[in-house]
Amino acid sequence: MSFIRQVLSITRMNLQSVIERSGASIVIIVGIAGSVAVMVSLLAMGEGLSSTISNTGQEDRVIILRDGSNSELSSGLGMQEVDIILNSPGVKEENGDPLVAGEIYAIIDLKKKGAESTSNLPFRGVQPSSFRIRPELEIIDGRNFNTGTAEVIIGKGAYDQYDGVEIGDQIKVRDGFVTVVGIFSTGGDVHESEIWGDLPITQNIFRREGSVSSAIVRLESKDTFDDLGIYIENYPSLELRVLTELDFFDSQASGSELIKIFGQVVGYIMAVGAIFAALNTMYSAVSTRLVEIGTLRALGFKGSTVLVSLMIEAMILATIGGLLGASIAYVLFNGYTVSTLAGGSFTQTAFAFAVTGDVVQQGMSLALTVGLIGGVFPAFNAARRDITQALRSI
Amino acid sequence: MKYWTIVKAALTRKKIRTFMTVASIATAFLLFSLGRSVAVAFTSEVDYAGKDRLIVSSKLSFTQAMPMAYANRIEALEGVNQVAWRQWFGGTYIDRSNFFPKWPVPESYFDVFPEYIISEGGREAFSQNVQGMIAGADLAEKYGWKIGDRIPIIGDIWVKSDNSNNWEFDLVGTFTHANGGEQDEAYINWKYFDEARAFEKGLVGQFAVKIRDPSQAEAIAKDIDALFANSPDETKTSTEEAFSRMFAEQVGDIGFIINSVLAASFFTILLLTGNTMSQAVRERTNELGVLKSIGYSDKLIMIFVLMESIYLCLIGALIGVLVAYSIFPLFSGVALGFAGQIEFSFSIVLSAIVLALLTATISGLLPAYSAMRLNVVDALRKN
Repeated sequence: MSFIRQVLSITRMNLQSVIERSGASIVIIVGIAGSVAVMVSLLAMGEGLSSTISNTGQEDRVIILRDGSNSELSSGLGMQEVDIILNSPGVKEENGDPLVAGEIYAIIDLKKKGAESTSNLPFRGVQPSSFRIRPELEIIDGRNFNTGTAEVIIGKGAYDQYDGVEIGDQIKVRDGFVTVVGIFSTGGDVHESEIWGDLPITQNIFRREGSVSSAIVRLESKDTFDDLGIYIENYPSLELRVLTELDFFDSQASGSELIKIFGQVVGYIMAVGAIFAALNTMYSAVSTRLVEIGTLRALGFKGSTVLVSLMIEAMILATIGGLLGASIAYVLFNGYTVSTLAGGSFTQTAFAFAVTGDVVQQGMSLALTVGLIGGVFPAFNAARRDITQALRSI
Repeated sequence: MKYWTIVKAALTRKKIRTFMTVASIATAFLLFSLGRSVAVAFTSEVDYAGKDRLIVSSKLSFTQAMPMAYANRIEALEGVNQVAWRQWFGGTYIDRSNFFPKWPVPESYFDVFPEYIISEGGREAFSQNVQGMIAGADLAEKYGWKIGDRIPIIGDIWVKSDNSNNWEFDLVGTFTHANGGEQDEAYINWKYFDEARAFEKGLVGQFAVKIRDPSQAEAIAKDIDALFANSPDETKTSTEEAFSRMFAEQVGDIGFIINSVLAASFFTILLLTGNTMSQAVRERTNELGVLKSIGYSDKLIMIFVLMESIYLCLIGALIGVLVAYSIFPLFSGVALGFAGQIEFSFSIVLSAIVLALLTATISGLLPAYSAMRLNVVDALRKN
């Protein structure tokens, strides 16, 4: 009991003098805040990109590509192959219509706002069933395109990033035009970075008559995946690859993994730097307070209580630094939307930085680690000092 | 160095502090080296791009193919020297992780890109062997390929007329790059590719155009695009540099953010280091007073303090760059999306040295100045 009381009273005394020693404390807080801010920002970027990509996948939706293709862009299926999928088992039907859509995935080059050169915007040619397979799609402005016309709708991520895509604007494709008639949202997934048009028109634009890039299927339930998969696999001379959307979009998110790893590496390196700085400051903070510590010891306070209270001080500073760093990252970046070339697909994906609880937690554990390592050695040093020697340094 | 003893005494006064200061400077420079090499990755291709080359791609998107017959019409233009073309092949060598670009090209491609130095006899063999492939020397070394080896590639975009996607090529030569550019690409014989593929026969991905006078690049680019304006296959012609930059810019936002975040972290650590250094000087006020009282000039005292900070920064920078260099093999082969490989270049070392001197001056100046202005009596009294 008296141990805790001793610790508390020394800690209170330390904290009261923190303001006087503000120079040293600020160094520790700034060092830790910097490391945490850097790590949290980079992790939030990776997190935003990966959640945008993997949010797209649903477990009862299936994407079918040509065998050997890893992305929709490099894949190609004939319309006759789509017909086989239409009659496969395990596919959900609505009013007698199987929920299968053949879709074209291609790229058009448009200028981003304020950019001089063009960027690769994904252009998806869809069938009427595409909308029933993805009920999350919602027209938030304007209207949907009319089948059989050169009209397109644009995802809200792409709408925010590109120039000349207002409702009513015409986009030049080859020797003709398509007209933007609406803006859609799909709840923050990759489709919001795309332009959608009618399949036959799109096939015509990209010279892909009679073929599609992929087929999207809604299953009766996630358990009928095997029925469909086995049927397609065993169908004579059909070279197709059947994946759940979850698996497909996980494989597309590799770029975001890289950003996360990079964020962690940079965060850890910075933390090492911050540990050295904290050690330096704590050592000199302790050495200027040797008399104080010696006096406490002479009064009967135990070495261990001095150690614990110095540690508490270091951890409090680390917590302040960590929270400060995470807040800086949050204020600067949370929700900040950027777009980049997504891994493997050559196309632009817009995403927002996501400072999630998990990311902040990683940042805080970094802060506390720095506080722990930066505090423990100087505190140990101080607690072990000989009382007479400490008092002599007056 | 006549006064080395004094600087050394200051540095060894508190060995732990000197060690930790150097260590934190080293981490700052480790971050700097990593950041620089990532930045190099975002711009690498641009440095090697030929000034006398234009790249023609479809205006709709760079993935759209154009009629091969365009080559003759472009070649007939004033100021154009030679035209070659290429097509993105994609595909997989054994495993998805073994990614490298593969381009079907005609033999004339190597005239338009003379910086590729092909191993002896390789070019002749490439033109004679329809399934010929010429690979970058680094690539051949990485996979242990020897001339004469048959390289299997599983096509993803391209299937053969018989609906098979198992392509095979014969390695007939290797190339190095005269300017040290990318050597991780492979070129395959166009004739075979075009005859064997199931669709888009006679269509090409991009044209590479060699021009006579680089200063005419913009005018010729306009002429080329005018040739095909309002046709179903409009073109977009840019210098090779601008074409590469288009990709770098597309990764753009992220590259910029990574760089600014790294810059912020670098300066955070330097701020801390600067603080430590002024603390070290403050603690020695007394000693500096003694030096002054026995006749050392104000200027000399200032130089001592500056020397101390330069020494700390240089050693720290050196260690940081060395650590970055030694852990670099861990990152090599990591391609940042379209940004190319992370590379460690000598220019990083040079800029680190310059930056170290700059940092030393900035962080040492204030303590050095206050040491210079020190009043002897005050300094000695502060016991």
